[in-house]
Amino acid sequence: MSGRRSVALLSALAFGYAFLYLPIVILIVYSFNDSRLVTVWSHASLRWYAALLENQQMLDAAWLSLRIAAVSATVSVALGTGAAFALQRLKPFFAQRGYEALALMPLIVPEVLIGLAMLLLFVVLGDTIGWPERGATTIALAHASFGMAYATVVIRARLTQLDPALDEAAAILGATPWRTFRRVTLPLLAPAIAAGWLLSFTLSLDDVVVASFVTGPGATTLPIVVFSSVRLGVSPQINALATVIVVLVAVLILTATLMTRPGQRDGRRA
Amino acid sequence: MSMTGGAGRGLRRVILGATTAWLLAFTLLPMLIVVAVSLSEPRLGAPPFTPLFEWGAGFWPIFNGHITSYVTIASDSLYVAAFVSSLRIAATSAFITLLIAYPMAYAIARASARARFALLMLVILPFWTSFLIRTYAWTGLLNTNGPINNTLINLGVVSEPLTLLHTEFAVHLGIVYSYLPFMVLPIYAVLERMDWSLIEAAQDLGSRPYRAFVRVTLPLSLPGVFAGWLLVFIPALGEFIIPDLLGGPDTLMLGRVLWTEFFNNRDWPLASALAVVLLMTVLLSALLLVKALQRREAA
Amino acid sequence: MMANGGAGETPVIRIEGVAKSFGGVPAVAGVSLDIARGEFFCLVGASGSGKTTLLRLVAGFETPDQGRVLIDGEDMSSRPPYARPVNMMFQSYALFPHLTVAENVAFGLEEERRPRSEIRERVFAALAMFDMGAFGARKPHQLSGGQRQRVALARALVKNPKILLLDEPLGALDKKLRERAQLELVALRERVGITFVMVTHDQEEAMSMASRIALMRDGALCQVGTPRELYDAPQSRFAADFFGVANLFGGRVTEAGAAVDCAEARATLAVADACTQGADVTVMLRPEQIALSKHAPAAPNVLTGTLGNVVFLGNAYVCHVVLDSGKAVQARLSPADMAKLGALATGDRVHVSWEPSAARVLTS
Repeated sequence: MSGRRSVALLSALAFGYAFLYLPIVILIVYSFNDSRLVTVWSHASLRWYAALLENQQMLDAAWLSLRIAAVSATVSVALGTGAAFALQRLKPFFAQRGYEALALMPLIVPEVLIGLAMLLLFVVLGDTIGWPERGATTIALAHASFGMAYATVVIRARLTQLDPALDEAAAILGATPWRTFRRVTLPLLAPAIAAGWLLSFTLSLDDVVVASFVTGPGATTLPIVVFSSVRLGVSPQINALATVIVVLVAVLILTATLMTRPGQRDGRRA
Repeated sequence: MSMTGGAGRGLRRVILGATTAWLLAFTLLPMLIVVAVSLSEPRLGAPPFTPLFEWGAGFWPIFNGHITSYVTIASDSLYVAAFVSSLRIAATSAFITLLIAYPMAYAIARASARARFALLMLVILPFWTSFLIRTYAWTGLLNTNGPINNTLINLGVVSEPLTLLHTEFAVHLGIVYSYLPFMVLPIYAVLERMDWSLIEAAQDLGSRPYRAFVRVTLPLSLPGVFAGWLLVFIPALGEFIIPDLLGGPDTLMLGRVLWTEFFNNRDWPLASALAVVLLMTVLLSALLLVKALQRREAA
Repeated sequence: MMANGGAGETPVIRIEGVAKSFGGVPAVAGVSLDIARGEFFCLVGASGSGKTTLLRLVAGFETPDQGRVLIDGEDMSSRPPYARPVNMMFQSYALFPHLTVAENVAFGLEEERRPRSEIRERVFAALAMFDMGAFGARKPHQLSGGQRQRVALARALVKNPKILLLDEPLGALDKKLRERAQLELVALRERVGITFVMVTHDQEEAMSMASRIALMRDGALCQVGTPRELYDAPQSRFAADFFGVANLFGGRVTEAGAAVDCAEARATLAVADACTQGADVTVMLRPEQIALSKHAPAAPNVLTGTLGNVVFLGNAYVCHVVLDSGKAVQARLSPADMAKLGALATGDRVHVSWEPSAARVLTS
């Protein structure tokens, strides 16, 4: 590679990463700005973090969001693991393709459409069987339904990499199918299940569109609060909140990635 | 993974049955209801749409479907414009994303194995942090008295602040920003697998570096480009948050129009009809792109 | 070390004091070498010896840290790979997977902006030369390994380079195919008349194909010569060991050009090669130079030992003998010599002998 070309590539990288990170960095910097005017720097302070801690509406919304995300992520991985196994074994071919299309549909269907469709479902269900009441439950159900698609992809990717000889070996050693699943397959799938859970959790925690459609009175998630606030313009408290979220997520993801980094290849085909 | 034996088969049936029931109830059924509602008419009351079947005097229920909403969409220039500009904005954004992502992916693929992992992590990390917040970050940056305008004025590039926020430009920027990782990753995946001795072979046969790129690297990386395009163009088509927060009142996109019809005008049938149009557009685009991808891979 | 090819004439490749290191680790350390027009030149060495780097320096994929490469007397230092009159056949063949066989072969001619009709003719001729005329429309993945190898050759030769560089060209072929391909490559060079420079780690391959061989070690040339010279007159223990089997006895010269005292043999061996008194040397004997007998023969060098395994190879017997000094040696006997010896069994006492002129004295 010639010197000139590597300089060009390096600048492309530098530009790309600056583009990706500068907006977040500026957001974080301004969250420590004392001024109410978000665009004018006065001096550093933790004022908006303090305000955030006293904002009961925001704290309630955050707590609700976390609970919804945890529930929907758990349902997502349970369903996603099942779907990954079903896809592996399902015959005939057209049944497998049909199942796959249905399971992965939420990956390409726009959020507004998912939100609308889920709401209409809940409206029709409410009219016919009187359940579910719109609120946290419907948000969790909707989130679980699209979270399942992501969990399926992640877990299935790992499942197809697993060496089939492993559970044959376990079977020869006398393990029953259920024991084989619990003692061989499940531990090997664990990183993928964790990753799928984390992905569904993050997507749920981040979702504003679907939640806006299917929510009911009283169930206000954090993204809904944030969204209604930022539609009105920039607010220093949201900057502080954003900083907290970004730092939390970054720490979480870095830990998760380092735990499952490509060095751990046990049980995969060579 | 085989789960042989009677117990395994029973377990498998339970899994298959449960997940299939879930998929039918929470994925297929909602879509069918959207189609049904799109064929009904708006009314005051709860739910705000007429039932599709009416039990009249006769034995059989009367099918009470209307294509009013679709006629409205096809005839009202607002919806046609929203449709066209959704496609246009998604396409130009995906193209700009490609222009930024390709050199990045190329540089990462040519980096040392150790650097590669860190560089990839840095590409993926923003994807995990809140989409809403990343879009919001730009509202501050693009403000009339935000950092970008301040910098430009201080540098003497402009004397008056530019109107950046609430423009179509901002929507493009937001899409490129949010979806950049989705373009980088598939292109990187293809380039990383590529045999670099092919580039040397091209140079050995007389190609200057840029010719070797055009004749060998680029055609071989097209599957990654198609895949990246798929991952950016498709979600951008139905995007709501970005046009809503960064776009101007005249930035029409299908997702945003749907939202307005639903929440502001409470016209559920029209919103549903827009959803069906959006779904068809998305499915058709995805199908075409996947076909193109398969043709490339077969070649 | 300078090794000259054809006397007088300009060498087609002249490598002058070339050095190249990667990240501080030297890959090629000060190599000078001339290769004459029309040679089939082999670079041999273990992996990491720098042979591939040297080839890539000639191709222009690497730029030397020191020294220069001249092709036909012309300095190549400022010439990128695409402007050099050489073509390379890659170890992986590096056929473009998205192009057909014919498009692969046409690639280089298109880059030269040759007229369409000329390209068509030359591609056709090149494919015909390698019996690949019927496969022009196929993609590389639709070909067998041997066919891919021939396409790679056609693609490299269609541009009429002055030099064809081959990087382990037969490494991807199975054993049967490889032996045939070796003969074909030698015949091909005769036919096209240009210089071939080939990298291989396989000493037998180099011996059977090359007109001259450069043995490389740790980035430097160990010895350059014809296969015969390298086998019969290696200049170092390393070279002796690399080509064929060598029985080596370390020792000190007690009489210049005549006697070496070898502790390993527990004897003073008579030699005929030039060597200086007091020098530490190695006496090398090829297995076929050694005679075995039951009774002590009248010869200047006779050692006694115990017969170990006898391996029958069809055209020869390899006899393993453990000398009384504990040193193990190999002798290679023709079936006729073996018959003359009479019945021998493992554990029998034998005499090992050779002529002083058969032994080489290695000073390094």
